[in-house]
Amino acid sequence: MNVTYIDAIHRAMEDLLAEDERVFLYGEDIAGSFGGAFKATKGLAERYPGRVMNSPISEDAILGVSIGAALGGMHPIVEMQFADFGTLALNQTGNNAGAHYFRTGVPVNITLRMPCGGTPGGGPFHSQSVEALFAHYPGLHVLTPATVGDAYDMLKQAVQIPDPVVFMEHKYLYRRVKAESFINPDPLPVGRARIAREGKHATIVAFSAMVPEALEAAQLLAAQSGYEPEVVDLRSVKPLDTDTMLASVARTGRLLVVSEDFPWGGVAAEVVACVAAEGLHLLDAPPLRLTSKESPIPYHPELWKAHRPSAATIAQATRYLISL
Amino acid sequence: MNGVIGLDQVAVRAYRGMCLARAFDTKLSSLYKAGKVFGGVFLGRGHEAVAAASAVFLKKGHDVYNPFIREMAGRCVWSEDALLEAARSYFGSVLGCMGGKDGNVHWGRPTQGNPAPVSHLGAMLSVVAGMMLAKRLRGESGDVGVACIGDGTTSVGAAHEACNLIAVEKLPVVVVITNNRYAYSTPNSEEFACADLVDRGRGYGMRTHSCDGTDFLQTLSVMQQAVQAARDGEGPQWMVATTLRMCGHGEHDDSSYIPTELKEAYARKDPLDVARRQLLERGWLGASEADEMDAVAREVVQRAIAQAQREAPPEPRMMDWRATSWDPQKA
Repeated sequence: MNVTYIDAIHRAMEDLLAEDERVFLYGEDIAGSFGGAFKATKGLAERYPGRVMNSPISEDAILGVSIGAALGGMHPIVEMQFADFGTLALNQTGNNAGAHYFRTGVPVNITLRMPCGGTPGGGPFHSQSVEALFAHYPGLHVLTPATVGDAYDMLKQAVQIPDPVVFMEHKYLYRRVKAESFINPDPLPVGRARIAREGKHATIVAFSAMVPEALEAAQLLAAQSGYEPEVVDLRSVKPLDTDTMLASVARTGRLLVVSEDFPWGGVAAEVVACVAAEGLHLLDAPPLRLTSKESPIPYHPELWKAHRPSAATIAQATRYLISL
Repeated sequence: MNGVIGLDQVAVRAYRGMCLARAFDTKLSSLYKAGKVFGGVFLGRGHEAVAAASAVFLKKGHDVYNPFIREMAGRCVWSEDALLEAARSYFGSVLGCMGGKDGNVHWGRPTQGNPAPVSHLGAMLSVVAGMMLAKRLRGESGDVGVACIGDGTTSVGAAHEACNLIAVEKLPVVVVITNNRYAYSTPNSEEFACADLVDRGRGYGMRTHSCDGTDFLQTLSVMQQAVQAARDGEGPQWMVATTLRMCGHGEHDDSSYIPTELKEAYARKDPLDVARRQLLERGWLGASEADEMDAVAREVVQRAIAQAQREAPPEPRMMDWRATSWDPQKA
């Protein structure tokens, strides 16, 4: 287990720079010997001179530049230092990049990397999960890898997609998720969810850092109660693989959707709406959501742990769901 | 006058674009008042000299041109079919470059160096920067990008971010600021506190230029210097041209907030009148040629608008509603 999630992201960018001369990297503090706030681009500026560029602290302009560069035939991969600051680029991403193909017939090939999600001590503005904000805009694909293999494959796939792709890389997973290798001989296409654990008593749908929590919850339930929940890793929140979720719910009859974002209008709400609209008859109990609390994300690690869904609260929610 | 030498043909081409734009605006205003146009109508009266100058030194196929609300004269100089495309944009023709999916002044052909502006002011400056950066990354030099904004846009955060970035990267971009004294209804005094918008450009570290945007030949001459400097590798250029918007923000707006004396003062230096007088004085255009140009402009405008009105509107059931080019179902 010697390859981490962030190693996979680093390697994907390195391979993309080597394979595709149209690729360049742009963002705050990513160049020089510094290599980014999370070191995702460490060493790449030296290896690819002129193709790894620092930007001013100008999130709106970073995205605007990437739109222009894509129109000029390039394949920019841009880094928001934190997904929380992606809100400063929301106009360019949603209104300009997102609307571009529809308005003009010309897609803009942008990959927007966003280090997202909570970590202990991150506080209100370095912890957020903003998938739903970006997914709301037509014209954007929003990818949410949970594994080392997906981090590598999906970043490479993102650049192959001619449209703007928002690549949500979870900071909690950066150095905590490990694998023997990120090489997958047969990667799933973008838009396909994955059964991360087979089961029969309930379907737990999760993505990003909630996938390992859901898997841990499933283990707890199996060990303590003999329940075997099925865990679906969405892999991308847009496109949303409703078919895989419906097939799972058809087997289990119960649905719990776990998401680290805020509850109102979040990814979990969308998933529940999609599954219920097409598969209400498959459900033996009302679908359930488990999200972070309806409050900003707190700083203290103990508060933060209580704010987000965890293996323990997912297990608790699943028990409740099965009891209905 | 230094710099004006050699401008004769350029000036005539610019003036022709101004005539076309004025004729288009006049016709469009009538159609708006007759209830024949969906949504708003945005004219460029008073901006024609700056607008035409902003495009006339550019090389289509190489340079990037980003006009917006009041640059119809520049659009006419940039491409021969601008009138038809503008008319198609307003009437939502399915044959237009936006196909009825976007309209009025929000049209462009991004693969031809002419990005399609969004409504959010200042957002296109960084897009132009990106287009020029792409050229640099591809090893192309000698091309210029012209991005047109107004006095109001200089207050937008996106514009500040982009201008700073353009200067940091020393991109060959000419930022053309047409100060028409009112951002919609808000006068300069409530929009910014610096003595002159030229100071902003200095603050960014750009070379600055300014001119009286109603003085056709002065505007051409200063714009020529700015575009040439950018082309010669001297980095970004900040070009402020002052004029008055001789109409409302849109045709729904009676511009009653502009003092009558100011309107009257500017009516006496209408850029179309000034340009015609200057061209005649220098002998670059004869009076009959100028009359002919005007008449032809009105005729061409009539034809373009009539054609756009005849063309089929988009059909909702036949529309391609996809917002992305990549379809996961087919992947």
